[in-house]
Amino acid sequence: MKFAIAVYGAPFSHQAPLSALAFARAVLAEGHELLRIFFYHDGVYNGNANAAPPQDEPDIRGMWSEFALESGVEMIVCVASALRRGMLDETEADRYEKSSTTLDPAFTISGLGQLIDAGINADRLVTFGN
Amino acid sequence: MKQLLFIHSKAPHGSINAQEGLDAMLMGSAFAECTGLFIGDGILQLLDRQDTTGSGQKNFSKTFAVLGDYGVDNIYCSQSQLSARGLGLADLVIKVKPVSDAEIRQVLARADSILNF
Repeated sequence: MKFAIAVYGAPFSHQAPLSALAFARAVLAEGHELLRIFFYHDGVYNGNANAAPPQDEPDIRGMWSEFALESGVEMIVCVASALRRGMLDETEADRYEKSSTTLDPAFTISGLGQLIDAGINADRLVTFGN
Repeated sequence: MKQLLFIHSKAPHGSINAQEGLDAMLMGSAFAECTGLFIGDGILQLLDRQDTTGSGQKNFSKTFAVLGDYGVDNIYCSQSQLSARGLGLADLVIKVKPVSDAEIRQVLARADSILNF
């Protein structure tokens, strides 16, 4: 079966990201296909490259990054949500003349159409957080 | 064509869910057949004559009027939850179809995919 995941919850404030990641791993472990993970609302903070959590807490951004590297699953952050919240890749930081990039390169900035596409092309779109 | 159902269940302005749910529905209309279902406090998003100046939030309720232009004609609203809030169809900013709880089950069953906001 073809799955897609939407993450609306911020890391550390909400259980949603960790549950989504566990679900994503389970989807692949069971031999299913994972089309995409889409981060919307506060979910875009999952890609915050500058997060520096205490050592005895999960490094959620790092876990996503590792997951993307291992699995090759694309991780998309909504451009409108990301820009509002200062989650910028190099292109956007240049465009808006901001001094630093904040988005981990494992994440890609794209449009809301990617969420709609997930709803259309996946057999199941599973949402975490809201 | 795939049927996408957007469920709007959060009050406007207190969180960004309502605004981003509307954005998603407008975007969805370019790719799929979209239906909107307003339940619970989500019904309050549709209130006419909203004034957000006091809260400092953007008043996005005027955007609902463009849904028809985007081909989103099926907008449903829970009749029982509309009444429970002391509201009627005349209080809303756009025309919606009031549905009973049994009809809501049919709306859910018709959707290929459901996006919750």
